[in-house]
This record gives sequence, C-alpha cells and structure tokens, in this order.
Amino acid sequence: MNLVRNHVLISIDAGTVMAGARAVEKTLVEEIAKQGLADEIAVLETGSVGTIGQGVVIVVYPEGVYYANVTPQDVPQLVEEHLLKGRPLKRLMLAETPKQSVIKKERAGLLKEQPRIVLRNCGVIDPEKIDEYIGEGGYLAIGNALASMKPEGVIDEIKKSGLAGRGGASFSTGMKWDFARRAPGDIKYIICNADEGEPGTFKDRLILEGDPHKLIEGMLLAGYAVGASKGFVYIRGEYALSIERLERAIAQARDYGLLGMNILESTFTFDIFVMKGAGAYVCGEETALIESLEGKRGHPRNKPPYPVTEGLWGKPTVVNNVETLANVPEIMKNGADWFRGYGTEKCPGTKVYTIIGNVATPGLIEAEMGTTLRDIIYEYAGGIKEGKKFKGALVGGAAGAFLGPDMLDVQMDFVNLKEYTAVLGSGAILVMDESADMVEMLQNVLYFFKHESCGHCVPCRLGTTQLVKLIDRIAVSKGSQEDVNKLLKISDVMRDASFCPLGQSLYLPISSSLKYFRDEFDAHIR
Amino acid sequence: MYREAILNKFRPSLDNILYILHDLQDNNPQRYLAKDDIRVCADYLNVPYSYVHSVASFYTMFSLEPRGSNIIRLCDSPPCHLMGSKSLLTFLKETLKVDIGGTTKDGKFTLELTSCLGVCGVAPAMMLNDEMLGNLTPEKVDAILDRRRKES
Repeated sequence: MNLVRNHVLISIDAGTVMAGARAVEKTLVEEIAKQGLADEIAVLETGSVGTIGQGVVIVVYPEGVYYANVTPQDVPQLVEEHLLKGRPLKRLMLAETPKQSVIKKERAGLLKEQPRIVLRNCGVIDPEKIDEYIGEGGYLAIGNALASMKPEGVIDEIKKSGLAGRGGASFSTGMKWDFARRAPGDIKYIICNADEGEPGTFKDRLILEGDPHKLIEGMLLAGYAVGASKGFVYIRGEYALSIERLERAIAQARDYGLLGMNILESTFTFDIFVMKGAGAYVCGEETALIESLEGKRGHPRNKPPYPVTEGLWGKPTVVNNVETLANVPEIMKNGADWFRGYGTEKCPGTKVYTIIGNVATPGLIEAEMGTTLRDIIYEYAGGIKEGKKFKGALVGGAAGAFLGPDMLDVQMDFVNLKEYTAVLGSGAILVMDESADMVEMLQNVLYFFKHESCGHCVPCRLGTTQLVKLIDRIAVSKGSQEDVNKLLKISDVMRDASFCPLGQSLYLPISSSLKYFRDEFDAHIR
Repeated sequence: MYREAILNKFRPSLDNILYILHDLQDNNPQRYLAKDDIRVCADYLNVPYSYVHSVASFYTMFSLEPRGSNIIRLCDSPPCHLMGSKSLLTFLKETLKVDIGGTTKDGKFTLELTSCLGVCGVAPAMMLNDEMLGNLTPEKVDAILDRRRKES
C-alpha cells in the first residue's frame, strides 16, 4: 500500500466551478503525474472550504495551506514548488485562512475554538463518496436509533436539545415532530425545504454541495421519529450541482441499504425523492411549497390546519430546512447536553451564515447563537473591505432588517433579535460600507418583493406595487415626507393583512431602514 | 414526436408537472412552452389546458413567449445590486438593444432578470443558459457575448 504524503483538496462548489475549478483539477492531476508524484499525492474533491469569491481554492494537507485564485497556468509552479520541493508558494497563498471552527469568546475576551456542528465535514470530505461520510461517524446516529431507541426517544432528545427551525421561523423541531407523530393516519411525509431563495443566502446550497449525506441521515432520523416512510427534498431549479450531488448521494445510500426497505435490517422503511422547483420565492413558504410539490401554482394555504396535521396530499407532514436537518445527526450522536454547550440559553446551538458585501473575506461561516454582528464581521470576515467604515447590514435577507452601527454589539439569536424588531432569518448578512446608498438599497428590496409577490392576496399584490411607486418617487427626489410616512403605513397594514409571511415581513426592511437611515431619506426630500 | 418521448419518461401523475414542463421547455427549439407543449402536457396528465397554463405562468423559469437561442438571466437581488448589477443591466440593454424580457432581432439573446442565484460571493452574477457567471463587469459581459455570437 502506498503512503500518501500530501492530500490536495480542491473545493468544487458552484462558485469555484464558475471560476474554472474543473480545469485546474485536471491540470493538477496531470502535472502531479508528470512529476512522478502520483503515488505520493492524492487529489481529492470537497465542498466549499468556506471562502467565497476568491476563485479556485485548493488546500494542501497536512500543512493546511490555502491557495486562492488558482488558474491552470499556476499549477505547474505550484506542484513544483510546494509538492516537489516542499516550499509553499507564497504568491497564491490566502492571507487569511477561513475559520474552520466555532469561536467562543470567554470572559476577558479570550478566544476558544470549538468544532463545528453543521459544517463539520464541509470542505473536509469528498461529498461524492459515502465512505468518507461514514468514516467521519456518518450514519452512526441512525444505526443507534434503529437498534436501541424508540421513535419517542429520538423526539425527546431533539426536544431536550432545544433545536429550533433554521429556515427563519425558529419553531421547536422536536415539537413539530411530536405533533406529526401524534397526528392520526398511517401515511406521513418528511419534506426538506431546500428552496433557498432569500437574497444573499446560499448556506443550504453549500451544505448540500459539501455534505449531502448529512441531510439524508437527518431526514432518516426525522422519518423514524415521525413514522414516515417517504421524504422529499424540494430544491431550487437553479441549483444544478446540489441536485446532482444529492441524487448521487441518495443512490449510494440506497446501494448501502440505508434507504429503502428494512433499513439496517430493522422494520423501518424510508426513501427520499428529489423535486426540482421552477423559480418562485414564495415556494419557500411551507404550504406554498407543498402546493408546488402537488403540481399546482405555489400559492400559500390557509393555516390552520398546519402541515403537521394536514400537509402533502392531506397527510401529516413535517417541513424542515436543510440546516435544521443537518443538525440532527450530530445531536443524536453527541447528545442534547453537548448541543446545549453551544449558543445561548434560549437558542442553543450554532447558526450558519453567509456573509457578503463590503467585507474583506466574504464566506460561509458557522458561529454560536448569540455571537454579535461585530464579531461576525471582524473575527470571521476580516472586517470591512479596504479599511472603510461600517454603515449598516441587511440581516436575514430581503425579508430581514437593516441594522445600524449601534446594533453591532447586540447578541444575535432568534429570540434576542426579535426585541429589536429584527430577525436572524435565513442567516444572510449583507454588509454595507460608508459608500452605500440606503434609499437605493431599500428600493431594490422593494422591487424584489413586487416581483415575488404571488398575487394571491390583495394587501401584498397592491401593497408592493404602491410601495415601489413611492420609493421610485423618493429616489429621484420627487417625493415628500408624506410619501416616506406612507411607506411605513402601507407596510404596517400589510403586516396585519397579508396572507403569508412574504407580505407580512416587508415592514422589517422598511421600518429598520427608516429607523437607522432616516436622514438619507430626508436628504432626498426637497 | 419528441414530445411523446418526453412524456413517457414520467408517470402521468400531477406531481410530475414541473418536471414535464422543464423537459418540454428545454427541448423546444425556441426555449419556451408553446401551446402544443401545454396541450400535450394537459392531455397526458388528464387536466384542462387552462390548468397547465396557470401552473406554467406562475413560475419564473417557464416562458410562454418564444425566446432567443441564448437566455441571459441577470441577478438583481440586493447583494448583486450593491456590487454593481445596475451598470450591467444598462450595458446589456444598450448593447443588445432590448428591454427586460425582450429578444434581439437576430434571435440570439433574450434578456431576463432573476432573483438571487445563490452565488452572492461572486456578485454581480448572471446565468447564460445553464452557466453561472460571476464577478462581472460590462467589459467581461461584452467579451462573453462576443464569444457566444461567434459560437452560434
């Protein structure tokens, strides 16, 4: 057997593929063979290593050296210098390596780093090989559950962990499962909501691309707990690589007897099917998603009845976000108490964020619940680009809120942010430096809502149209103070009267941008 | 004839409708759902024509108008907007001489806007057919269009 001296990991996700990762990979393999190193050096594919917008990224282990913006032309030099002569190629090295751990701030500001939960395998294992997931302790949790736990036991453990929905609504996952389990009926379904459409959010895509088996195991545990035998993953039509990787992972799991009849020789039967969306933001809402799965227009349904009692084809259905389900195997493997060691009392665990905009190192990160915006920007994302000043951040996507400088030190979790009329939402953080035009940012958000309003209910359909008219007027300095006040008033009515969260959440970006940046709106009024 | 082959890939069950429509549109030379596409789908699933039309018109990935041989979908979500998608839109409109939703006279390009493509790390971004393109500037877009014009 050959002993491999170096492992070269190449990040293959939608972003790096765009930058030409496949060509770099091909040249890398060829060049290594040319230098006669094929026996000593292994080239492996992995998901996102956490850095984004930096071209093709490769990591050389055991040194842990990150190279960014690598082109095929760079490869011969890189192979010769680093892999043959053992001298890291400084020219391409990433100045700041992305954080691969969860930072815990102890008293006196001391930093302690803990292992990640959701992203533990992302950028480490090859997502296309089930054996690598198993090698990292994968499918252990479902094996244990089937061998020695009752479904109720799984639900109790998830309840005890305090895991709450990571798609934005933060409803207790254990409670949701319990409701569905208790609902009458033999046929029940698990749906994974991977219709990630919140602007600035792509964490679910990177989880799917980086560790698809974790989602499968999470769905298996959910299925076992609830008593379901079928699961669906509703995934955005634009996410080609996610769909490809997930479908491959499902096929592998079937081959290994981890999906299908009598899983691991138990009486539990479960299978997963992938469903491709066709571009509708509103389908991220769970009942609209169910309608779409049934082959209809994606209009939201009346609630109640909730999906846990009457969901897909009228049967009890659990709808969970990708990140929520990806937490489940780790909780079952390590226990609820371990999970509660992360995060805050009311919101245990971590949150996966995508941090983008005017920051030095945009990327995919996982931080404890309760981490402040300041720490996320300055500890994880390298601070504001080009040393500029922080102006504001849009947290939680378009349906989120703008936060100003005085919010930098607020503990961010689902419960705490509510007190400031803000939300964690899907975990998108769009950072704006001093040069950003906040009127234009809000205008863009309102355009987005006008386009995505599904037209089903009047307050949202007409409200979004009126809001766009008003902001257009304000933006070209033809508006009045009354127009600005009308923005607030209309969004307030929409909050009360709209049918689904799409129209209901518009007051967040509007009221928050006026709260922090009213002076910029005033400057547009003659 | 090719439509029959597409339909036969799927069970005639309503939950397959999006898959069938995706497939029909991808194989239509004009990259849209023609009346015939909608009709065969309706017949196959045993639902009224109006039902399929209502579903097709709801989702932005489906078009009911003929489109060019290349479809540009420019992302105009807040992250791309912050990073300069507006200048790309102006450039695309001018160079292609079309408005949003329009097709060039030579039938080579259709210009569309899309909401977040989930590649915000390389904003501003767009899709050209199935290909994602990021870190764009008007100059880069110009070169991409040029290359595509020569190819087709």
